[in-house]
Amino acid sequence: MDFFLQLLIQGLSIGCLYAIAALGFVMIFKSSSILNFAHGELLAIGAYIFLVISVWLNLPIYLAFIVTFVGSFFLGFVIERLFLRPMIGEALIEVIMLTVGLAAMFKGLLLFIFSGNTYVYPNFLPAGLTIKIGNITVSSVYTATFLATIIFLIVFGLFFKYSSQGIYMRSVADSQTAALSLGVNVRRVFALSWAIASLVCAMSGIVLGILNGINVHDLSKMGLKVFPVVILGGLESILGAIIGGLIIGVIETLVSGYFSTSLRDVVAYVILVIILMIKPYGLFGLVEIERV
Amino acid sequence: MEDKVALLVNNISVVYHDVIQVLKGVSLEVKKGEIVSLLGSNGAGKTTTLRAISGLLKPENGRVTEGSITFDGKQIHNEPPEVITRLGIIQVLEGRVPFKYLTVEENLRVGTATRWGKPYKEDLELVYHYFPRLKELRNRLAGYLSGGELQMLVIGRALMAHPKLLLLDEPSLGLAPFLVKEIFDIVKKINEEQGTTIVLVEQNANMALNIATYGYVMENGKIVMEGKAKDLKENPDVKEFYLGTTAKGTIKSYKDVKAYKRRKRWL
Ligand SMILES: Nc1ncnc2c1ncn2[C@@H]1O[C@H](COP(=O)(O)OP(=O)(O)OP(=O)(O)O)[C@@H](O)[C@H]1O
Ligand SMILES: [Mg+2]
Repeated sequence: MDFFLQLLIQGLSIGCLYAIAALGFVMIFKSSSILNFAHGELLAIGAYIFLVISVWLNLPIYLAFIVTFVGSFFLGFVIERLFLRPMIGEALIEVIMLTVGLAAMFKGLLLFIFSGNTYVYPNFLPAGLTIKIGNITVSSVYTATFLATIIFLIVFGLFFKYSSQGIYMRSVADSQTAALSLGVNVRRVFALSWAIASLVCAMSGIVLGILNGINVHDLSKMGLKVFPVVILGGLESILGAIIGGLIIGVIETLVSGYFSTSLRDVVAYVILVIILMIKPYGLFGLVEIERV
Repeated sequence: MEDKVALLVNNISVVYHDVIQVLKGVSLEVKKGEIVSLLGSNGAGKTTTLRAISGLLKPENGRVTEGSITFDGKQIHNEPPEVITRLGIIQVLEGRVPFKYLTVEENLRVGTATRWGKPYKEDLELVYHYFPRLKELRNRLAGYLSGGELQMLVIGRALMAHPKLLLLDEPSLGLAPFLVKEIFDIVKKINEEQGTTIVLVEQNANMALNIATYGYVMENGKIVMEGKAKDLKENPDVKEFYLGTTAKGTIKSYKDVKAYKRRKRWL
């Protein structure tokens, strides 16, 4: 039982990670219908910026966080400006292929600078984050992941629910023409969704780096992991991304704990296939409001 | 009296996808504070005319190829909607397009996009003053509203933008007559109290001419008739083809019947 609980907590925490990673992906998809194949690379870039600032430049951790978040936010902005904006009006498939190209470019660049080595962050998590309940120990990484996820979800929830800019972003996802007719700056919304997605990626990149070390190949593989998560949850649904992430995180961890670690990466795709057979639009796929 | 002209559409031609010509030399003049009605049957080019004014042609891959549009003395044709909306021209789309997954109040807040960051509470109250029903529904998802409520919502949403020129595209479409009357009365009130200039596209000619001061009739991408609203209402052609009060049995010629039979859908 303890073993199960231990795995469950670990799984939920990994699930949080998947959830955040998927969140950025869903956001870009909702606002501009683009599937971003460079998601894993954005994640890796975030992890490496943090590495450079905290280890190579040896600056304080809080600075590393600030620089990484601000930097990734602007990176997302710049990517949209430089690569996506000129593609507005082109066929969607071409835009998606462009993100595949971006992924290759970023990965090449990261490999060129950092090669395929695995780096580690210094251990900066306070020991107080390690929680012991009975026989179960939740290590500080997992507690930190939970906390970070919860803070992120609250901040973004508030942003999208109450801020004007958040409401404009949702309006574009809902009806682009109507948003345009009211003067919503749709291009700014696209840019902002890339910026926020990139920031969220950096967040998950850092946490993954703490968990598994920083390696270009491992991190960019996470970009593929978001596919089962978002398809499970429904491409259109933020809530679906979160729950999809948690489900896949838990099942993966249970499978690798009770059966074999080698099954770990396969199981997400098995779940994916099963879900698609039962509910093709995902668990939380958008139910069209048909009333109008 | 040149300075009283708000909107001047001068002989414009509009082409979609570089090949489909829809407007062929349309001219309109709208004075400040006036309600002008634009009538015409399906496919006449009314919506296209509004899009040309509001800049929404661009996302539809359409373009003004000839002529000019001036608003408050500025040339605006082929400008993007971000620019035109900020000059105070807001188009209310045909078919009432709400943001379905936003609440009523969130829908209204999108109307502040042209002046992001400015206070909007008073504007919400103003909209609720004109449409008290919306206040009751403020936390309801817009996707679940009825047709009449939606029409109020999309007009209210446009009001949030402080429009100087409001382009209404068939607000009466598919609504019960008493609702149409209610909504037209409110439109008239907004025009009088806020001084908003309005272009009203309609197939419901009778209602539209009741609140408008001037009217244009479109057919096949051209203006075929124009005049003071009360004159248009008396005009035998308009009477026959738009108001459904044809003198019995007087079909003038086969050609007329053929050309106009599509028009009677709304009767
Ligand atoms: N986006 C578009 N691309 C190509 N052709 C279009 C487009 N929008 C409209 N048209 C064509 O332009 C013509 C005029 O359409 P428009 O929508 O302006 O008419 P309308 O007077 O508003 O008609 P209705 O009363 O049915 O709304 C139609 O023949 C239509 O097929
Ligand atoms: Mg129309």
